Amino acid sequence: MLGDVVLKAESKTGLVFFPAFDWAISPTHPEREERLLYTQDQVFEEGLLDIPGIQEYKPEPVTHQDVQRVHFCVPDVQQVTTESHFISAGGALTIGKAVMEKEIRCGFALVRPPGHHAMRLVHGNRGFCNVNIEAIMIEYLRQAYPIQRVAIVDTDCHHGDGTQDIYWHDPDTLFISIHQDGRTLYPGSGFPNETGGPNAAGTTINIPLPPNTSEEGFLYTMEQVVRPILDEFNPDIVVNSAGQDNHYSDPITNMNFSAQGYAKLTELLRPDIAVLEGGYSIEGALPYVNTGIILALAGIDTSHVKEPDYNPESIRQSPEVSGYIQQLGDKILELWSARKEVQARVQTEKAFHERSRSIFYDTDGIQETQHETVRACECSGGTLRIDSTASTGRHVLAVHIPRNACKTCQETGMDWFESEKSKEFDALYLQNRPVDSYTVQSNEKQ
Amino acid sequence: MIIGLDVGGTHTDVVLINSHGIVSEIKVPTDSADLFSTVLTGLESITQDVDPSEIKRVVLSTTLTTNAIVENKVPEVGMIVASGPGIDPEYFRTNRNYFPVGGSIDHRGREVAPIDGKEIKTVAQKIQSQGIRHVGIVGKFSVRNPAHENQIQALIESDFEKVFLGHQISGHLNFPRRISITFLNASVYPIHNEFFKAVDNSLKEKGIATAIRILKADGGNMRFESSVDVPGQTILSGPAASVMGAVAYAKPDIDTLVLDIGGTTTDMTILRHAVPILAPLGIEMGPYKTLIRSLNTRSIGVGGDSQVTVSSGKIEIGPHRLGPAMAFGGPVFTPTDALFVLGKMNGGDGNMSHQGIMPLASQLGMSVEQTAEKIFTQASEAILLEAQDMVTRLNRKPVYTIHEIQEGVQINPVEILVLGGPAPFFAERIQALGAQNVRVVPSWSVANAMGSALARTTCEVSLFADTAACHIVSPSEDYQGCIQADFDQAAAVQMTFDLLRKKALKRGADPEHLEMELLESHAFNMVRGFQTIGKNMRVRAQVKPGLIQGFADILKLGSSPDSAFDRI
Repeated sequence: MLGDVVLKAESKTGLVFFPAFDWAISPTHPEREERLLYTQDQVFEEGLLDIPGIQEYKPEPVTHQDVQRVHFCVPDVQQVTTESHFISAGGALTIGKAVMEKEIRCGFALVRPPGHHAMRLVHGNRGFCNVNIEAIMIEYLRQAYPIQRVAIVDTDCHHGDGTQDIYWHDPDTLFISIHQDGRTLYPGSGFPNETGGPNAAGTTINIPLPPNTSEEGFLYTMEQVVRPILDEFNPDIVVNSAGQDNHYSDPITNMNFSAQGYAKLTELLRPDIAVLEGGYSIEGALPYVNTGIILALAGIDTSHVKEPDYNPESIRQSPEVSGYIQQLGDKILELWSARKEVQARVQTEKAFHERSRSIFYDTDGIQETQHETVRACECSGGTLRIDSTASTGRHVLAVHIPRNACKTCQETGMDWFESEKSKEFDALYLQNRPVDSYTVQSNEKQ
Repeated sequence: MIIGLDVGGTHTDVVLINSHGIVSEIKVPTDSADLFSTVLTGLESITQDVDPSEIKRVVLSTTLTTNAIVENKVPEVGMIVASGPGIDPEYFRTNRNYFPVGGSIDHRGREVAPIDGKEIKTVAQKIQSQGIRHVGIVGKFSVRNPAHENQIQALIESDFEKVFLGHQISGHLNFPRRISITFLNASVYPIHNEFFKAVDNSLKEKGIATAIRILKADGGNMRFESSVDVPGQTILSGPAASVMGAVAYAKPDIDTLVLDIGGTTTDMTILRHAVPILAPLGIEMGPYKTLIRSLNTRSIGVGGDSQVTVSSGKIEIGPHRLGPAMAFGGPVFTPTDALFVLGKMNGGDGNMSHQGIMPLASQLGMSVEQTAEKIFTQASEAILLEAQDMVTRLNRKPVYTIHEIQEGVQINPVEILVLGGPAPFFAERIQALGAQNVRVVPSWSVANAMGSALARTTCEVSLFADTAACHIVSPSEDYQGCIQADFDQAAAVQMTFDLLRKKALKRGADPEHLEMELLESHAFNMVRGFQTIGKNMRVRAQVKPGLIQGFADILKLGSSPDSAFDRI
């Protein structure tokens, strides 16, 4: 104002704030109306939206087509989503478009509900997520703008297993998840040996940190492990799944991260698009962490952003934790260096790679069994076939032909879809990305 | 009878209104160096031959506080700011005597760190030693719990003439804006107080006993005695005066765009179903973003007296005004001169306009008439484009519930009301450009003074209740209390309306015709560890801007039911 110091974003920064004050999974669920109430209070009281260079956007809801570009929704989009999901994904996309149009340098979609546990095939809600809001944004941007290489860095405390699943076979998408060790927290996955499918070996990176990791451990990982990998991958855009449940006050996790830490992590990562994921310490953490992230994205001083009870001494990690993280980091970097060699070996082992697994939808109590077949191919992620049976009684076949599929991959995919005559399946789905189309063939018994 | 007075940049308009409409209207030149004599001249001229006891209401809209701030002719004040963690409060420094101090309150109104009495005393001494008489005190989240502001006030109030507290001004959350408005209130207080006391005394000497009222930026008025605590609310009341002058003519079931085409600028506002739309938080003026409740207006530097130039084959209009039109002795060609060239306007020296357009026409390689047409059209187009942009932005305003996104209320003005000096000419051209339903406000040249005269008394109240903490607060009303766990949303709404009524009556509203409305009402279940521990409620209500009961009809019909005058 009239002082010597001017408050101004270093580069133009966009913000979508969509607290969905009229939506909850259930009245006392962590994903409830109240979740971003105190964050709104803090954001408004700090006057963040008045800062020159910070621009608030109204989210434009995404369409069914945008969801179908990423997901196979069973039985259909309508039945596994609510309006809130379209707006939440739309919030991420609104920021993504503004970045691509160069209206802003970077932006933050402070939206709910979250999405990083939502996998490619959706029977219901897992880990508070129905559809993957980051993936819906990214695939829209890939369709509309000339971008190929995307990096997603998931800093939510829970393993981003949904995002991992969607990009498991995609060599053009680097997915890095930093989370609390799966042996101690939902969803129980995300170990270093999960490195991607046969066509995309090494482009999935999991960094499971031990409980009680504090600022030192997170920032070490970001600086010494994530940063060099990102720099080498050289993505067109960097997306941050900015969960905030690593906070020392979070009620459902066991980490010791802080608002100061999140601000520094954001400064190190410099994401183009940050999207809120989890974070359920709604009073003690979210107001301060979100303020820190917004200021850090805008390049504004964050040194005074602290929780009322912040005491760096009391949350400092033990030397054992530091030593463990250092060794883990070394291992991750080794895996990264070896990725091309591994892929060359694995990919050519056979023409089609298969895996079976079972997936649990904790929120909706659905058990699913998948059998997946992917064609080994260097053209792209390789055409993918998923045979899925769920405890809802639904049995479906889903075929995904990737964006840059070669002719053989396209033909294989079409053949899988068209020649499947079995009446076993309730429905067949085809995601034909080279022509951006989605086809459903229903065999529902009358 | 009612007097309405609106001080403009060049003219001051005054109207006298009775139950049959306008009795008389005058314009006096504004002497910005001596607003007091301008106002007095206006009031004296309009009350000549009028029985002073007949005058029941006097409403003034002046540029006093606006000018004082823009010209920085305000005395130094002291600012004491308790911020706690967040953005460094140094960024919000308003003046030299600005002192960040310890003490912190969180978003639910809980004390995080106490005030240090010794520190406050030291700061107060520093401020006092400079001869400063007025102080502003602002705490972060003081609208959730004003305890710290009140404690600081108690420690220092005996040392100063008047102390302004941030939480008393607005219930909105926005610490930097709260600092700005508290600073502005403290800064303009002595000038405001002295000026209106003097006007009030002069009127009393003339036998006009009614207390003067002052127009606010939200298109409502307040009694002078209420204004001394919030003098900043009179900043930028001018655009509001004009809008209120147009309100009577807006249709109740559609959205209307109001264009006030002045000499230097054109001000625009949207009426939604004949009620002006308010700015989300408050006035922004120069370096100050504030919480001063105001109409959502936008201004473009295109008016009747805008400077017209031609550079590299292109006509440029505004944003500067170097004087009146050449036809009225001004130095440069203006859109008003174009009206003279086209033979649409007369009453000045059209020859000067003709001479002025020659060089422009030759630069453009067009005839004099073509050039005048083009200038006039371009000015009209610029105004329309700006108005369209305003509507687009209003419709992009973020909302925070699924319901609001689905409902998707879109503002869509289908009628344009034009007022101000060159209103009829511009109205015709704007219509010709394809805009539908363009109308000139009757009495367009003094509609601003009419708006000032007939504006309702407005105000707003916010309430915050937290049943988990048994805490209820309406910051701007200095209301705080304890509530029981069964205090519900309906009770919160009722209490807000009670507080609003009380405030409105104190400010001088008509108790029979309070147009109160709910602006916001939210109740959130507070859940900790899967247990519902209480409700967190936020309620906001206002007396909406509009005209005093019965007068919309007077303006429209030129006569009124007699009852309209019973109370004024």
